[in-house]
Amino acid sequence: MIRLEPRKDVSPAMAYLAPALAVLVTACAGTLIFAALGKDPIEAMRLFFIQPLGDWFSISEMIVKATPLILIAIGLSFGFRAGVWNIGAEGQFTLGALAGGATALALYDVAGYWVLPLMCITGALAGMAWAAIPALLRTRFNANEILVTLMLSYVAVLLLSVLIHGALKDPEGMNFPESRLFHDSATLPILFEGTRAHIGFLAALAVVGIAWFTLGRHIFGFQVKVMGQAPRAARFGGFIENRVIWFSLLLSGALAGLAGVFEAAGPVGQLVPALPVGYGFTAIIVAFLGRLQPVGIVIAGFVMALTYIGGETAQIEMNLPSAITGVFQGMFLFSLLGIDVFARYRLRWGKSSAQTAKG
Amino acid sequence: MKRMISKLAAFSVAAFVGGAALADDPMKIGFVYVGPVGDHGWTYEHEQGRLAVEKAFGDKVKTTYVENVSEGPDATRVIQQLARSGHDMIFTTSFGFMNPTLKVAKTFPKVKFEHATGFKRAANVSTYSARFYEGRTVIGLIAGKMTKSNTIGYIASFPIPEVVRGINAAYLAAKSVNPDVKIKIVWVNTWFDPGKEADAAKALIDQGADILMQHTDSPAAMQIAEERGIMAFGQASDMVKFGPNAQLTSIIDDWAPYYIARVQAAMDGTWKSQDTWDGIKQGMVAMADFSHKIPTDMQAMAQKAVDDIVAGTRHSFTGPINKQDGSPWLKAGETASDGDLAGMNFYVEGVEGALPK
Amino acid sequence: MDLLQAILQGVIVASTPLVFAALGEVVTERSGVLNLGVEGMMIMGAVAGFAITLDSGSYFAGILGAALAGALAASVFGLLTQFLMSNQVATGLALTIFGLGVAALIGQGYSGETTPALPVLPIPLLSEIPFIGPILFVHDPLVYLSVVMVVGVTLFLNRTRAGLILKAVGDNHDAAHAIGYRVVMVRMAAIAFGGACAGLGGAYLSIVQTPLWVENMTAGRGWIALAIVVFSAWRPARALMGAYLFGGVTLIQLHIQGLGIEIASQYLSMLPYLVTILVLTVISYDKTRAKLNAPACLGRSFYASS
Repeated sequence: MIRLEPRKDVSPAMAYLAPALAVLVTACAGTLIFAALGKDPIEAMRLFFIQPLGDWFSISEMIVKATPLILIAIGLSFGFRAGVWNIGAEGQFTLGALAGGATALALYDVAGYWVLPLMCITGALAGMAWAAIPALLRTRFNANEILVTLMLSYVAVLLLSVLIHGALKDPEGMNFPESRLFHDSATLPILFEGTRAHIGFLAALAVVGIAWFTLGRHIFGFQVKVMGQAPRAARFGGFIENRVIWFSLLLSGALAGLAGVFEAAGPVGQLVPALPVGYGFTAIIVAFLGRLQPVGIVIAGFVMALTYIGGETAQIEMNLPSAITGVFQGMFLFSLLGIDVFARYRLRWGKSSAQTAKG
Repeated sequence: MKRMISKLAAFSVAAFVGGAALADDPMKIGFVYVGPVGDHGWTYEHEQGRLAVEKAFGDKVKTTYVENVSEGPDATRVIQQLARSGHDMIFTTSFGFMNPTLKVAKTFPKVKFEHATGFKRAANVSTYSARFYEGRTVIGLIAGKMTKSNTIGYIASFPIPEVVRGINAAYLAAKSVNPDVKIKIVWVNTWFDPGKEADAAKALIDQGADILMQHTDSPAAMQIAEERGIMAFGQASDMVKFGPNAQLTSIIDDWAPYYIARVQAAMDGTWKSQDTWDGIKQGMVAMADFSHKIPTDMQAMAQKAVDDIVAGTRHSFTGPINKQDGSPWLKAGETASDGDLAGMNFYVEGVEGALPK
Repeated sequence: MDLLQAILQGVIVASTPLVFAALGEVVTERSGVLNLGVEGMMIMGAVAGFAITLDSGSYFAGILGAALAGALAASVFGLLTQFLMSNQVATGLALTIFGLGVAALIGQGYSGETTPALPVLPIPLLSEIPFIGPILFVHDPLVYLSVVMVVGVTLFLNRTRAGLILKAVGDNHDAAHAIGYRVVMVRMAAIAFGGACAGLGGAYLSIVQTPLWVENMTAGRGWIALAIVVFSAWRPARALMGAYLFGGVTLIQLHIQGLGIEIASQYLSMLPYLVTILVLTVISYDKTRAKLNAPACLGRSFYASS
């Protein structure tokens, strides 16, 4: 009979092949759906997965979309390794956008190179502050952070709405719930002329680099790894659980907050109620698809971004309902997660040695 | 086989003749929707407008739509994608698309943009909106007369000028025929959440409202009204299917006449950037059939109001009107300016509660 | 019926979808599986329930269909996580995305349709009790079912052998396997049950509360249900209370608005979330209580090494 046996190390070949194989599996499954919808499946697959890679505009938009996903996912990955479940990155993202945006609006008639860095700092601090609440409640009161972070993300979105309708509303905006457009000093410089890809992407790569270094080399990274995999051993080893909880939440809060500032100051250019679009949740998928590793997260971030862009392209070119994007993303993720098995396990025939021993 | 050959022949002749007569390909028109076309509310009516365009122009146009586009970072990309893929005209159907539309319009000066409910224009960006508040006046009149508990329940979405206008217009009209009427407002902070709208409807009914108005997109409140045996008004579409006994009438958005006119203008080369704010007169706002539950004399009164609005002799906001805090706004006989209405952020006197700021 | 009675009755109706979904997820998580796809399973139940009820004219068929749809959706998750050992968090999130999309596709032909709501069945005698009678005993059958199921699952977990096996699998799947329990099968059953319950929760929305179909009509209730599971410390009765607490505060803030109180509606809308956090904090702080901890193997893939 067929069974799965764990590999000693993750197979790099399979790990890199997995996305491509997943596309194939999705294509096959998708054929049925598209046939049922009366559309050409090959064309749909092409628009979904291949077309966005072939034109510069789409690639630049992939960078725009991947940047916040990568930033947030890196922060989350630390916590997830340690068993700290921050499900509310969306709220920390929102607070970051709010604080950074408010800074920009407060300084709207002031020019200077220091405006943007100040916005980034306030945004990151705000995200940290928002994440400090679940950290405090968990360490002092033993309140599960899954619930606290999730509930707070709804509160954050409502807070954004209140302030945009009130204190942050554009005074010349006919009472529409939008803030002023950020002035030049408060707008992120663009990396590539004519696109929306901004320097936040470089910041994200820098963060990835730091994360890679820390996890691999620094004692703290080791602590985080052990705490997640063997909590009791971690306690015996003297790693203070509370410290890791605080650090993980504050870090993911800061990075999510930074991502929020980048979104507000970059692609959107103002504060609007619809600013939070779910990156905090999508980043969770990105973190796990990337196996909680910095380099994996970068790849996973781009892969997710591709599915969004491709989905839109297919909708436009083939007049498909927006639901098709969700169906395809879901199928693609299922395929990817399923195929990923073979990177961690290999197929074996016959009985295992333990079973043979049992007789 | 013979049929096939003759079809092929006919087709090639048509193509040849067509090709010779019309040098241009069909005009590509894109529509960007903020919600799903199945919402039977706001987006549904824009979709009907799109279908009307297809029907009116046939082969001369090819339309595309993208639904569920959030008003955040994705909007710019979607609009730009449409512009890049050869669309000559793009309708963006929600106010949150304003700045994204302008951004893209700058890079695509040859494409014509039509932005709904916005206020910023450019050489290639027009704005358009409907005077829904005229419809609110009509239903306000009916509500004022029909309510027995003197309490109107209003389910509001977000405190934006359009919604505030609607509340004020409905209240003023109701009060003009019933000085004791009160209006209770609940803000659900969403355009679309049937469960929440149903809960809001129930809360209003439990607090004494016997007639419901809504500025949200789903028919949930109408269903609750039907279930509880009270009266209600539909919004954006005719909701009589969801409330056969409850619905007195509905305010219907009809974008088709405007869309067809603008597409025609684009084809004729007469398209110019402009601001359009049309109402019942131009057919952008329509009332659904009055329910037989409304006594004939009240129906006549409502119809007269409609006719007067069309004729221009009745304006929804005619003084003397004070703001909620008592400060004077309109003098006797004075009508509100479009500017005042466009940015309306205050309740009129008599409406209770604080406007969420 | 006075205002207070009306509010309390309304709370039960508004909270019942959460009760179903949370209950199912409690069972799933007790077996050691973290299924974040509740929103996807709920919406599948909503569309299936509405479509089948509309087409067949039978509420029973619709409700059954909804439960099956939810269970089916959950089984996809189950196959991936139990047989292919895929990461549970990511797979659950993928299920949410997939479920929302599939439901929207299936539901394309059903927008604009409606059916009469599932009728209310007052329980004779009990509904006559002054004050509480109309609040508790004048509801549609699904409400009664939800309460019966809460009781049933509590008894199952605490008094039956099968329930003990389920808990054992969730607390230590290696030991359970060594004893001879079929870990994967137990988990698949728990996952399917969780899906069926989520499906029922979704069906409640589309058959009872607002008999119509629009995409995304669950509006995030699946996520709230997940939070309620945490709130409940994985105990069914506590999940019921958590659902009523959340639904209650949500409804009350609407009433507060209707009374004309001068607080911005967005602050009032925050109340359900803040109250839930507060109550959880207070409950969790009492360390002398029985275990508040998650099933020890929650979220970990099981690999049979022998």
